[in-house]
Amino acid sequence: MKKNIFWMVLATFTLFLLACKKETQIKEAVSGFLGFQKPAHFPEPVYKFANNKVTEGGFKLGRALFYEARLSRNNTVSCGSCHIQSSAFTQHGHEVSHGIDDRLGTRNSPPIMNLAWNKAFMWGGGVFDLDLQPIVPITAHEEMDETLENVMAKLRTVPKYPTMFKTAFGTEEITTARFMKALSQFMLMCVSANAKYDKVMRKEAGATFTADEAAGYALFKTKCASCHSEPLFTDNGFHNNGLAPSNIDDQGLYTATLIATDKYKFKAPSLRNLSYTAPYMHDGRFLTLNGVFEHYNSEVQATPNLDPLLQQNGKRGISLSTDDRAKLTAFLKTLDDTELITRQDLSEQ
Amino acid sequence: MKKTLNFIIISAITIAITACTKKNDPTPVYNPANLASLSVEFDNIVGDRTLTFNNTGSLYTNTAGEKFSISKLQYFISNIKVTSTSGNVYTVNQDSSYFLIKGQDKATRFAKVKVPEGDYAKVTFTIGVDSLRSTMDISKRTGALDPSGTMDDGMYWGWNSGYIFFKLEGNSDVISNDVNGDPTGKKQFKYHIGGFGGYSAPTINNIHTVTIDLTAGGIAKVRKDRQANVHLLVDLMKVFNGSNSFSIAAHPNVMFSEFSTKISANLKELFKHDHTEN
Repeated sequence: MKKNIFWMVLATFTLFLLACKKETQIKEAVSGFLGFQKPAHFPEPVYKFANNKVTEGGFKLGRALFYEARLSRNNTVSCGSCHIQSSAFTQHGHEVSHGIDDRLGTRNSPPIMNLAWNKAFMWGGGVFDLDLQPIVPITAHEEMDETLENVMAKLRTVPKYPTMFKTAFGTEEITTARFMKALSQFMLMCVSANAKYDKVMRKEAGATFTADEAAGYALFKTKCASCHSEPLFTDNGFHNNGLAPSNIDDQGLYTATLIATDKYKFKAPSLRNLSYTAPYMHDGRFLTLNGVFEHYNSEVQATPNLDPLLQQNGKRGISLSTDDRAKLTAFLKTLDDTELITRQDLSEQ
Repeated sequence: MKKTLNFIIISAITIAITACTKKNDPTPVYNPANLASLSVEFDNIVGDRTLTFNNTGSLYTNTAGEKFSISKLQYFISNIKVTSTSGNVYTVNQDSSYFLIKGQDKATRFAKVKVPEGDYAKVTFTIGVDSLRSTMDISKRTGALDPSGTMDDGMYWGWNSGYIFFKLEGNSDVISNDVNGDPTGKKQFKYHIGGFGGYSAPTINNIHTVTIDLTAGGIAKVRKDRQANVHLLVDLMKVFNGSNSFSIAAHPNVMFSEFSTKISANLKELFKHDHTEN
């Protein structure tokens, strides 16, 4: 009897030891991956991380899916096709996205960055959760023209995926929810917070604005910051900035809400990484920053729901002199984040 | 000895009582934990006729006099609730209360739920998907709610996150070939009705709840040893001929638009209790 107890105690201890050992091994394995880190000068994220914690396995699976052409009908187009890392995850040089079979969309592909702080997705809203966003490009006729059902079926036939889903979610099962959560994990990690501006704000060693940049920053604060508010450089809101309606009469947010006061409102884009993301506006109509400046300076149209900030004291638009533009450009260039466009862990592997 | 005799007598009485009970079938004591099966059958019809798909040889006619055929019918039924003859209300566990009724797949015509044993005089359900579930985390959207359906059969709008509650498609010669009709010349009508009220700002809300009184057609007697089935007739003609009657020619395509609220109001009038199989 005594002997039995001795063995039981020993066995229990051994189990405890093994358990401990296993845990330390796991910790060592992931020590290189830090997960989602909120930059110190950023607000709390909007994304519900409680429902989808970013793990190394989930992130790597998401990255593989982001660069996976099987997401499109004929296996030619991946997310990365229109969201190219070197262009801050946009399709630089294309006014509207260029999808499957050379079909053209109606809007400019927006950058994949700082999505954890996004309250709504798409230029015209409509999608309120990052986990639901990829459904749009996958099923859109002019983008990937595929069905989610078929994507899941294709992924199941590729040997690496069941293994990657197991690493990420515990079993090999490939479901819509897991697929979306993995893609979200990758996109959430595309954080842009290491531009010169960020270093100046964080008072990192030696980082200061030049005289022109500082003057541009002051101008920015008086002329642009209401909609493009720091530190994300967007208020995440929808505004009508007075663009003349296009030939297709894209009415923006109104299409998703049918509320008359939403007509011609589009999401205020972030001003980060502008050097890499031309052309500008929801339909890419302006090829250069000067085109944008000129719009605000003299081309703002009195369309329905024009933002009140663009019609103050009986005058439409925001006056921007040549000197203002040079200084603003100097400042805006401090928002270019070379780290985002070169980070190895965000590239196709 | 006496004890045994007592036991036998009591047992005999108990058996006799139980036997009587079965015959008289009194209402079981309401106990929310004592669940049994109930099904609600959605039997799709078109006015005085049964539903036949692609019925080009024998068209249906609405009150506007328009002849049409039907090629697709799908709708969500959710959040089933029952009210007993004595007024107890039982709401089915929400996770088990979403049903996609597909006209072309007869097997999907039953919404099968578990409710406490009892006699029920009312069945309540939602046409569509409630706003809470429409905004839930994607991991809570499984089975009928998985947004992975195809574009043709799908019941989900990706671009404007939300479910399509009711989808009816078909053809009618009254449809023009221009942009106000069907520019492909196929003379197709499409009614995709959805809209859960909006995530951050109030938008159109086409969620409707229907309560069916079973008193006249037969109450549902839910017992463990049988399968009560509430047989509803779903009259698709009411889509056109309901309180907000409209002509196909005037509104051949209705999706996410103001007019959809007129059609969704008609949807409340589709459901009629025919009888109950107990």
